[in-house]
Amino acid sequence: MALRALFTKGAPTLAFGLGPFASAGGSGTRWQGLCHARGLKVAALPDLEYDYGALEPAISGEIMRLHHQKHHKAYVSNYNDALEKLDAAMAKGDVPAVVRLQSAIKFNGGGHINHTIFWKNLKPVNEGGGEPPHATLGWAIDTDFGSLEALVQKMNAEGAALQGSGWVWLALDKERKKLLVETTANQDPLVTKGARLVPLLGIGVWEHAYYLQYKNVKPDYLKNIWNVMNWKYASEVYDSEIA
Amino acid sequence: MAMALPLAYASSVVHPFEAGRLSFSTKSTKHKKQIYQFRKVTKVLAYYGLTNPPYKLDALEPYMSRRTLELHWGNIHRGYADSLNKQLANSPLYGCTMEELIKTTFNNGNPLPEYNNAAEVWNHDFFWESMQPNGGRLPWGGVLDQIEKDFGSFSNFRDEFVRSAMMLFGSGWVWLVLNTNERRLSIVRTSNALCPLVWGDIPIISLDMWEHAYYLDYKDDVSKYVNNFMDHLISWHSATARMVRAEAFVNLGEPKIPVA
Repeated sequence: MALRALFTKGAPTLAFGLGPFASAGGSGTRWQGLCHARGLKVAALPDLEYDYGALEPAISGEIMRLHHQKHHKAYVSNYNDALEKLDAAMAKGDVPAVVRLQSAIKFNGGGHINHTIFWKNLKPVNEGGGEPPHATLGWAIDTDFGSLEALVQKMNAEGAALQGSGWVWLALDKERKKLLVETTANQDPLVTKGARLVPLLGIGVWEHAYYLQYKNVKPDYLKNIWNVMNWKYASEVYDSEIA
Repeated sequence: MAMALPLAYASSVVHPFEAGRLSFSTKSTKHKKQIYQFRKVTKVLAYYGLTNPPYKLDALEPYMSRRTLELHWGNIHRGYADSLNKQLANSPLYGCTMEELIKTTFNNGNPLPEYNNAAEVWNHDFFWESMQPNGGRLPWGGVLDQIEKDFGSFSNFRDEFVRSAMMLFGSGWVWLVLNTNERRLSIVRTSNALCPLVWGDIPIISLDMWEHAYYLDYKDDVSKYVNNFMDHLISWHSATARMVRAEAFVNLGEPKIPVA
């Protein structure tokens, strides 16, 4: 695992035991040193498992590069900033400051969570992107939506109808063991719609996700993104939650 | 201010019952045809036209490109107007100015389906007119006086406006409004299509912070976009005209009339 990580380009930097969002020796940031001394786990920008241009023509390399290196990185930096300030405010017992920081944490932390999932949701066509789901997830989709086409149509409709910025999710209600389609506004993570909801697939419909390539024709973006959808990841998450 | 005017299309609102009765008593084909036409056209519609920005689409270069305006006005703004008219074809809402339509459809916080389209049509009209070629720099006269009174100095106002724009999470707008309750200028941020008209404030200047407004020209460099707007695009002429109109509704105190 470690050897492969050394030789594979753009391999994810996962440090054992710290989970996918934090990293001990990831893309170096100044917070890492300072905050680890205080025991504060900061977020780090995860690497993509594919090149920026690998998702063309569904999503252009320019968009992927900006989306990852600018937008996602900004969410990570701002989250770490807010976390630091929160730590200081809590230590001082400054309750108004703690409350004031909540929206920044929700927005930037949510942005980090959502985009980390999003990068895993996508896969180049020659590595299996777009291959429809089989087995357990495939059957569940047929049961809960009728067919894969019906699910895709529903998600595209919800995505197109979403006003402003937000996300469309294929969610698993892990208690009722049912699949559903949900939307969240801005960078709200899926859990804000229900603690029982686990995200299987998320499609970002912020304009920065498609505007450079598709301009205002959001429905075209939603149609094409299914060509690079990583159903394997969704299946893995589904199977691990259902078990 | 150029506004989308409602056109009432009410060609002979004849009750179908009467039309039926009339057609019974008549024999001539020409008269029958006229009545039949009357019977068909019993629908009253409201319709809002798309107004052009008050400058050519390339006039705001290099701070806002022609391509951005072509898409933003030609596709997005036009799309909202078309969607609104489609909705109004089957809606009882008729006879409102744009401002009235927005307040009515906002429905005190429980917006009707027409609200989003109506508000976005108005917001974009207002936005085009908040900008001009060779804009930016400083306001003058009454507007400058009021800004200095309410913010301390112009640079305080400018900093607060830029800060507010940078703090917006998601899609939305930043406004300089005349606060009718406090009778002073203030800066507000709204999300998505929300417009200060709905709570009774009077907008003076707006800045579109939806990503489609700047992404082609500035990508993710929001700060550059906002600063360019303040320095080169903002139309203080429009702001002055709007303030003059606003003062007809809000008493901002005694004017400083020099004593001879």
